[in-house]
Amino acid sequence: MATANVPDYLHPDSIRTGLSRRKMLDQVFVIVGLVLMFACLGVLAVLFMNLVLDGSERFGWDFFTNFPSRRAERAGILGAWVGTSLIMLVTAFCAVPVGVAAAIYLEEYAPKNWFTAIIEINVTNLAGVPSIVYGLLALGLFVYQFGLGQSIAAAGLTLALLILPIVIVATRESIRAVPKSIREAAYGLGATRWEVTKDHVLPYSTGGILTGMILGLSRAIGETAPIITIGALSFIAFLPSSPITSEFPFISFQWLNDPFTAMPIQMFNWVSRPDQAFQANAAAAGAILLGMTLLMNAVAIWIRYRFRKKINW
Amino acid sequence: MASTAATTSNDLVSRSGLRYRKIRDRIVETFLLAAGLVAVFTTLAIVVILLTESAAFFEHVSLKDFLTDTMWTPLFADAHYGILPLVAGTLTTTIVALIVAVPVGTIIAIYLSEFASHRLRETVKPILELLGAVPTVVYGYFALTAVTPLLQMLMPELPGFNMLSAGLVIGLMIVPYVASVSEDAMRAVPRYMREGSYAMGATRLQTALRVVVPGAFSGLAAAFILGISRAVGETMVVAIAAGMQPNFTFDPREQAATITAYIVQVSLGDLPHGSIGYQSIFAAGLVLMLITLIFNVIGFSLTRKFREAY
Repeated sequence: MATANVPDYLHPDSIRTGLSRRKMLDQVFVIVGLVLMFACLGVLAVLFMNLVLDGSERFGWDFFTNFPSRRAERAGILGAWVGTSLIMLVTAFCAVPVGVAAAIYLEEYAPKNWFTAIIEINVTNLAGVPSIVYGLLALGLFVYQFGLGQSIAAAGLTLALLILPIVIVATRESIRAVPKSIREAAYGLGATRWEVTKDHVLPYSTGGILTGMILGLSRAIGETAPIITIGALSFIAFLPSSPITSEFPFISFQWLNDPFTAMPIQMFNWVSRPDQAFQANAAAAGAILLGMTLLMNAVAIWIRYRFRKKINW
Repeated sequence: MASTAATTSNDLVSRSGLRYRKIRDRIVETFLLAAGLVAVFTTLAIVVILLTESAAFFEHVSLKDFLTDTMWTPLFADAHYGILPLVAGTLTTTIVALIVAVPVGTIIAIYLSEFASHRLRETVKPILELLGAVPTVVYGYFALTAVTPLLQMLMPELPGFNMLSAGLVIGLMIVPYVASVSEDAMRAVPRYMREGSYAMGATRLQTALRVVVPGAFSGLAAAFILGISRAVGETMVVAIAAGMQPNFTFDPREQAATITAYIVQVSLGDLPHGSIGYQSIFAAGLVLMLITLIFNVIGFSLTRKFREAY
């Protein structure tokens, strides 16, 4: 018979069993993939629930209006959230203009040469530098060389450098998404490069820039290591001086030089105490911190989605 | 005359207006370039600060002691300056983290890129990225209060601080990075290669493993390197869950300080500027940067060697 010369593995039966085995492996992989994926997503839920449950007894108005205390049930996060808010103000104020300007330069102005390549490589590399190294940089440069001391200004600048690559990359992407035809139309009418950028490219890329800014700040808000390195105090029972004063000129920048604490520092301080009662404080602070981070990310995703939907080239 | 009236009435087209606009353009460009240079100066500043402070450190400590001594006790009366225990701690937590992150991240990436529907992918990816946005101090709390007790149920003799739980949580933390970068790399493999494979009768899994993964290998290597850099530089999780006692061991069940945890420990105290303890954190930071650099160089050469051009 003709089939006698056919090797075993080409026999219809063995092909069929091989095929069904391969199809089964396919199904097994689908299940493994789904399980792992949902396990990871489940961890996010477990993480949040864990914090909320552990910290449940601390949630309350007092927690936000009390300073840290030696008694766990009376310790609050007043100094921490005020500190974090002020640091974020400094960070946003420094990182956003510089980051957006650098991105505009790289996308719209920079000639294609080795010099531009150096800037680009630097941005990429900075994104991969461990955050604690930024803390060391800030300790040597801001705290001692510039004499800023262990202040809100030093912390804000440190985090600004840390998120600069995030802002630059996000802004570049959204600028790149603006079609060339729009630029060429404006150039055709005699606009200069800056006019094209300011009046046409930037308005269209606002969504992407906002997204990058919020994502950068959400990274900065949770960063602990660099701020510890520059010497944040974890026990602070006073607030930085107020930015608004009753005397002329009504605005004061004294707060920039004040010592501070921040949310993640406060949480770390409570976590590392041996007294179990403080773990609840840590969990409550963590829940608030995580809640803020997730909220900022959600806003960023929403903005990206809205702007994408609104613009049809 | 009509023409002069027109030019003076609209200074956008007048010659002086044009000159003004061109000068403004140059000024703006200078400012933008200055902003771009901030990135270059940051890198330079990092290098200069780490090198100068480390140089001061190595005036007191010989390089030989630094690299061969197996004790790290710079703040004790009997000071030893051997970096090996800290490097061992860093490598151990990193390896534990990679054992979790590489397989899990790659499988999720393969699933999302080759099996998942468009809608599932677009829904899951942002949520997965949220996992990468969680503050690391929160992960540290999770490792100490949830993962360690869980592990202690399986291994009763496990101490409260251990590198195993810290490493596992770091692994979990870098899964989104690995998955996201690998998925992008696999999606860049052209469609016709998959179709060729399907036409030969391969299943989706066979296509994924034998065509797509080899085709995207350079991208996968980049993803792993990104994960390694993250794990090496991770600070808060190890500082909270792995303990801060330098311990020359590669056994993940023990407690040990990493390079980053040591820097945190010193920073928590109040060290005078210019003291040997102060300088030692910069030397530790320099070693951290060198380790990151070594992995990046390896990654870069891998990426070049296995790059597929389509």
